[in-house]
Amino acid sequence: MARQTRTAHPSILPIAENRCPMGGILRIAYKLLVNDRTKYAALLIGITFAVFLMIEMTSLFAGILARSSATVINIGASVWVMDPAIQTVANTIPLPDYVLDEVRSIPGVKYAVPLYSGAALLKLHDGTYQAVNIVGLDDTSLFGRPLLDTGNIEDIFAENAFIAVKDSEFYKLQNPAIGTEFELNDHRGVIVGIAHVSSSGLFGVPTLYTTYNRALQYVPNPRFTMSYLLVEPKTPADIALIKQQVTADGYLALTKGEFIDKISNFYKYQTGIGTNMLIMTVISFIIGLSISGQTFYTFVIENLEKFGALKAIGAKGRELILMILFQATFVSLTGYGMGVGLCALIIWLARLNLPDYAAMITYGNLGLAFVMVVVIAGISSYVGVRKVLRIEPFDIFRG
Amino acid sequence: MANVAIAAEQINKWFGEGEARTHAVKDFSFEANFGEILYVVGPSGSGKTTMLSMISGILRPNSGTVKIEGTDIWNLDNDALAEFRLHKIGFVFQDFHLFPRLTTAENVAIPLILQKRSWDEALKEAQVDLEIVGLKDRAQLPPVKLSGGEQQRVAIARAIISRPDILILDEPTASLDGDTGRNIVSFVRKNILTDQRCIVIVTHDSRIYEFADRIVKMEDGRLMGVDKEKLDAQ
Repeated sequence: MARQTRTAHPSILPIAENRCPMGGILRIAYKLLVNDRTKYAALLIGITFAVFLMIEMTSLFAGILARSSATVINIGASVWVMDPAIQTVANTIPLPDYVLDEVRSIPGVKYAVPLYSGAALLKLHDGTYQAVNIVGLDDTSLFGRPLLDTGNIEDIFAENAFIAVKDSEFYKLQNPAIGTEFELNDHRGVIVGIAHVSSSGLFGVPTLYTTYNRALQYVPNPRFTMSYLLVEPKTPADIALIKQQVTADGYLALTKGEFIDKISNFYKYQTGIGTNMLIMTVISFIIGLSISGQTFYTFVIENLEKFGALKAIGAKGRELILMILFQATFVSLTGYGMGVGLCALIIWLARLNLPDYAAMITYGNLGLAFVMVVVIAGISSYVGVRKVLRIEPFDIFRG
Repeated sequence: MANVAIAAEQINKWFGEGEARTHAVKDFSFEANFGEILYVVGPSGSGKTTMLSMISGILRPNSGTVKIEGTDIWNLDNDALAEFRLHKIGFVFQDFHLFPRLTTAENVAIPLILQKRSWDEALKEAQVDLEIVGLKDRAQLPPVKLSGGEQQRVAIARAIISRPDILILDEPTASLDGDTGRNIVSFVRKNILTDQRCIVIVTHDSRIYEFADRIVKMEDGRLMGVDKEKLDAQ
C-alpha cells in the first residue's frame, strides 16, 4: 500500500477559545471513578488505611526519638561533653571532676558547667513510691533551668527545694503544688516551683529539677558525679577546637544536634525499635499497594471496553492516559488526606486518655507517606494505562 | 463522484502468520453514497466487521485504500485519524458500550467533550439529541435504567451528536427483539438519514432489509454483488 505524507485533515478545526481543553475529559474520569461507589470506597479505604498505618508507625517512631532526647532538648546547651561510651542521654557515665577544669581551660570556651542527671525513687505524701528523673543544675549559674509556671527560680536555693516539671508525667507525682512535700532517700523534699519544658521524657517518669550539689546530697552516687558538662563556646567557630581538645583528653564533645542524632541513631540501629517500625511501615505500604492496586486494576478492567469505545469514537491514547492518571491521583490524594486526618484524630484521642502517648506527626512522616502514596498511585495507574493502551477499538467491534 | 461518501478500493486484511494466516477480507472494493443507507450482510465469519473497521478508520488494511469524502484516511497519522473519526464518523456499537456510571445525557455528550467543547454546552446539545431520539425525559437516568431499545437510541444520539457525515451501525438489532429492532432502524431511516449523511449498517437480520437503499453481501471475505431486490426475495 503506497504511503503518502501523513497530515492532519484540513476539515478538523483547531480548538476554539470557548472550548475546554481537558476539563470535560477529567470530569468524565472523575464521574466514572466516584460514581462506582463500591470500588471508590474500596480504593479510599485501602489507601486511607495504608496512609494511616504508615503515618502512625512513623509518628510513633518520631515521638519516641524526640522523647529520647528530651533532656538534651530541654537543657538546651550548645555543646555537651561526655564519656565516649555514652549511647543515650539517660545512661550516663560519670566524669571525673578534673575534666571540668580541663574543659574550662580550652580557648574558645565561654563557660562550662556540670550537670547531674540520674534516677531516684520518691516516696510521695500518701506513702507510695514513684520513680523520678533528678536533674541537678549548676548551683552558680542554674544553666539549663526550665521556665517556671509558678514559683520563683531563686527558691531553688531554699532548703530541700525541688522544681517539678508539669509534663505528661506530672500527674504521677499526684499533681503537686508549691509546698508539697515528699521523701527522697530519707531526705525531706519540698516543691518550690512548677515548671514546663518543651519535651517530655521517653520512659514515663516525672522530672524534678534541683541544684547540682543538692542532687549529689540526696541521690546515692559513685566516685565520679558529673553526668555531663554543658559548654557554651565564645563563638560557633570555636566548637571545632573544643571538640578537638576534648577528644584529645579522651572524652567526647557533641553539639546539641549531634547528640540528638547520636541518641536517635542508637534507637534506630542499636535496638529493635527502628527495624520493627520499618517492617511495619513496609507492610503498610504493601497492604495499601495490594488493596488499591488490585481494586484499581479491576476498575480499569471493568471499564476496558468503554475505554475501547472511547478510542473508537476518537479519544487519543494520551487522553485516556490522562483520565487514568487523574483517577489514580485523585483517589490517592483523597485517601492520603483521609489517612492523615484519621491518624491525627487517633493520636488526639489517644492523648486524651494517655497524656504521655509518644506520637508526633512531622513533615518528614507526611512526606514519606506522600511519596509512598505517589508510588502506590504510580504502580496502580501504570497497570491500568498498559491495559488501556493495549485495547484496540477493533476489539470493541468484534465484541 | 461528488456524491460518494466512502470509497474502498482493493482492500485486503489478513491475520496471523504462516499456516495460521487468515485472509479475512479479499480485494474488497465498494462505494457508499451520501443520502443512502447501505447494508453489509453476510454470514458470521464472512469479514463484515473487519471490513467495517477498515472503512471507519479503526483497523489498518494490509493493502488498498479507503477514502472518506476524498481523504485517504489511512495516510493520516494516529492523532489525525482519531480526530477524523471524532468529527466525521459516528459509531453505534453492537453492545452499545454506554457508561453505566454516567447519566444518559452525559453518555450522549461524550463526543463533544472529546472535541473539547465545554461541559455545559455539550450537555445542552445532548438534550437536543435526546429529544430527537425521543428520550428527553430520560436524560438524567443512568443507561442501566433504560430498556434495550432505549439504550440503542441513546447510542444513536451519541453517534449523531457531532453531526458526522458517516454513521456506522454494527448489528443494531442484535440485542433487541424483532419489533424494537425494526422500530429502531425505521427511526434511523426517517430521522437520522439526510442527504448529507451516509449510513452503513452491518447486519444479518433479514427483517430490516426493507429499510436499506442498497445491500451488499460478503462471503468468505469477498464482496458478492447482490442487490436489494434479490435479498428481499430470499
